[in-house]
Amino acid sequence: MEFFRVKKDIPFMSYRKISVIISFAIFFFSVLFLFTRGLNLGVDFTGGTIMEVSYPQVANIESIRSTLDEIDIKDSQVQNFGTSKDALIRLPLTDNLSIADLSEKVASALRVKDSSVQIKRVESVGSQVGDELYEDGALAILFVCLGIMVYLWLRFEWRFAVAAIVANLHDVIIILGFFAYFQWEFNLTVLAAVLAVLGYSVNESVVVFDRVRENFRSPKMRRAKVTEVVDNAITRTMSRTIMTHLSTQTVVIAMLIFGGEILHNFALALTIGILFGIYSSIMVGCPMAIWLGTNQNNLAVTQTDQNKDNIDS
Amino acid sequence: MNQYSRWKYFLILLTIGLSLIYVTPNFYGESYAIQIMPLKSGDKIESSVLKIVESKLNLENLYNKGLIYEPSSIKVKLESAEDQLKAKTVIEDSLGNQYVVALNLISNSPNWLTNIGALPMYLGLDLRGGVHFLMQVDLTTALEKTTGGYLRDIRTELRKDRVAYYDAKKNNDVIQIKFKTEQDLKDGKNIIRDINPDFDFKEMKINNEQLLKIIISEKTKKSITEFAIKQNLETLNNRVNELGVAEPIIQQQGLDRIVVQLPGVQDTAKAKEILGRTALLEMRMVDDEKSNPQNIEEAINGKPPFGTELFYDRFENPILVKKEVILTGERITNAGPSVDSQTGQSVVSITLDGAGSNIFKEVTRENVGKKIALLLIEKNLTEVITAPVIKSEIGGGRVQITGMRNTQEATDIALLLRAGSLAAPMEIIEERTVGPSMGKENITKGIQSTIWGFVAIVILMIIYYMLFGVISVIGLSVNLLFLVALLSAIQATLTLPGLAAIALTLGMAIDANVLINERIRDEIRNGNTPQASIHMGYEKAWGTILDSNITTMIAGLALFMFGSGPIKGFAVVHVLGILTSMYSAIFVSRGIVNYLYGNKRKIKKLSIGEIFKVENN
Repeated sequence: MEFFRVKKDIPFMSYRKISVIISFAIFFFSVLFLFTRGLNLGVDFTGGTIMEVSYPQVANIESIRSTLDEIDIKDSQVQNFGTSKDALIRLPLTDNLSIADLSEKVASALRVKDSSVQIKRVESVGSQVGDELYEDGALAILFVCLGIMVYLWLRFEWRFAVAAIVANLHDVIIILGFFAYFQWEFNLTVLAAVLAVLGYSVNESVVVFDRVRENFRSPKMRRAKVTEVVDNAITRTMSRTIMTHLSTQTVVIAMLIFGGEILHNFALALTIGILFGIYSSIMVGCPMAIWLGTNQNNLAVTQTDQNKDNIDS
Repeated sequence: MNQYSRWKYFLILLTIGLSLIYVTPNFYGESYAIQIMPLKSGDKIESSVLKIVESKLNLENLYNKGLIYEPSSIKVKLESAEDQLKAKTVIEDSLGNQYVVALNLISNSPNWLTNIGALPMYLGLDLRGGVHFLMQVDLTTALEKTTGGYLRDIRTELRKDRVAYYDAKKNNDVIQIKFKTEQDLKDGKNIIRDINPDFDFKEMKINNEQLLKIIISEKTKKSITEFAIKQNLETLNNRVNELGVAEPIIQQQGLDRIVVQLPGVQDTAKAKEILGRTALLEMRMVDDEKSNPQNIEEAINGKPPFGTELFYDRFENPILVKKEVILTGERITNAGPSVDSQTGQSVVSITLDGAGSNIFKEVTRENVGKKIALLLIEKNLTEVITAPVIKSEIGGGRVQITGMRNTQEATDIALLLRAGSLAAPMEIIEERTVGPSMGKENITKGIQSTIWGFVAIVILMIIYYMLFGVISVIGLSVNLLFLVALLSAIQATLTLPGLAAIALTLGMAIDANVLINERIRDEIRNGNTPQASIHMGYEKAWGTILDSNITTMIAGLALFMFGSGPIKGFAVVHVLGILTSMYSAIFVSRGIVNYLYGNKRKIKKLSIGEIFKVENN
């Protein structure tokens, strides 16, 4: 079986103006949603408490709400979670109760109301911890971007490094944009997914850039235009692109189906990351590299490279 | 050209063999068990206890599936959850309160596996159920408390050596003392230096007064905070022991935080109650002289007279108490609930250590007829438990605290005092609780995601790459084997995000094989012989695989460095998965290919799926 039975290279780069416009549009909207709607940050970052409770029968959301009212807990949110028997309660940070006391107070009130209630999960995060996790998350993203850039700079050259990171951040912003638009909860696990996407989607750029470099060095393509070289590289790695992402995506789909609520948003972030990762490394990363002036001269075979390649193979 | 030397095959077989050994404990399941530990952590258990336990269980017809004796604990495997609970009661009754009996689950894997360190994967709390607390230690208070202690010591020493001073007070962590003459100041300084040679001094002369400022040096502050954390850790250890938890984790995190993980604990309210109680006991004198209605009125309005503080007793009566602390809970060596023989009231009997006894004796002698207040400080709320009149000098260090509401309270307070007080108050700033059923659900979810993801990849790879697909899939299975073996061997904590990382790693690791297979197809497309294509395919793919794995690794390391809790669990597995995938996807799969094709002189075709070729190229 072979997916791509193309006779000629697909002229990807001739669409690069359109793709850049599309990317800018998506990017613009993502940023817009991030600013207007903002991320629906989970308790990991905002501080606060979530409690997952389970009943043997259908959970009575109204009754839970009134119980919370009775013990004078304000600004809570109660909703079904996963199944109709489970409910998720969100409680903001309060000044007069510590996080440890708050969850106990709610738990005991719910038990008084209906002794069959089961507290399946409690996550309470103080504001201080929330701020730190937020900071650490931002630092982690920064560290990954810098680390990847430095590595690609050393392995390839700065144009590729910049192009790859732009393509990557483009994916990250889009994931965040989706989370902002749909107001999906953004928690630590989703952050892990975003960082995993950063590391993963750069692979796509690496594979294509590897081919581009190889093409620049190959005698066959000595006279080819830069866009032709890039088109050829993309076309020849197309089969790999499809297979790899299909494999990863099937795993992620398995996670969406079987992983339950906790892994749901994690898998969603990965899905968006994988889909846009393919697009961005081809239609954002490559045009970017061309625009920055990548050509035979700055990737032509230098003496040291030649030696290195000999050692490699 | 496609041949491995023998040692390479041997290495592959060896690593697979070792991995198989380390993976096996995961399949044996667990037994219900009880664990018997000495009350004080760090103490050893005597082997005679083992015999008592065995005979008691036999008497009750509780069949034990095995007794494991370790110097620090005894573990008894039992048939069912029901037996487990029965056995717990039986053993608790027969051993008395010198031991803690906890419920536990123990792996059923054979002893020889356990002896070589092959254990099942260490499950995180989100998979096995339990409570995780992150506690913030209030070091400022610890510092102030110690400064207060120094002030007390300085006063005592100066008085003892008859150095005249007046107006000794503290302001945060600076102590100020006024002396009449320069000579007094000089003498005082020498005495104070003996208390702690690291004090910094500052002398000042204001209006004929000799002012000495004693500044606690940074070095001392550091050792105070270190000591506070250490003592809090120890106290928590003792308290957790009283709770009866098997395999608790109590660790310092960062400068001023402590992580407490209690697997299997379901009664979170009780756990919080015991851990979070920052009960500090203080004895201070009631300021009888200033306790007139006018002063109390002003104190209620927030202006207590100089040197005093206002607290309420249990009947909401305001009491003016001197700021100076006579004794704290640290001086208590033992505490227990009892009943006062005269009144029949519940009381707590405490025993003070040597220094504490002396101070108490001195104070009671000097203050006969005055009131001494016992303050219980909890969560920044201070309550006067009792404020009796001192009838006579009390020596011997045995003190009864009256004013308990009931026996339960006497027991609770005794426990807190016995288990040690905290050197600094703590607050729970993060809590993650997972119920036991949720833990099991999470395991199922994680494993199902992995299995079905894996199955899908297997089908995809075999359809697309035929025999090379099979080889890739074998490589991937070996990767899974290595990863699980490695996680078991190093006992890394496996969490739900960690399980997701296993699945995701499989999905990502296959990229290496896809790259290799595509490269081989390329080479065939370019008209190379099958043998040369295999060789070139692996060689050319190597660089790309390395690049992409290193970038993924950078992300993994960042996750590990900056991540906490769930993220860290994900990162550990992710990073390990990258390492094992490099080995299995390249080295092991190449081994299989070489074994299958390497010795054949003439191969017409590789079973790597249909290759589309442009004819006129």
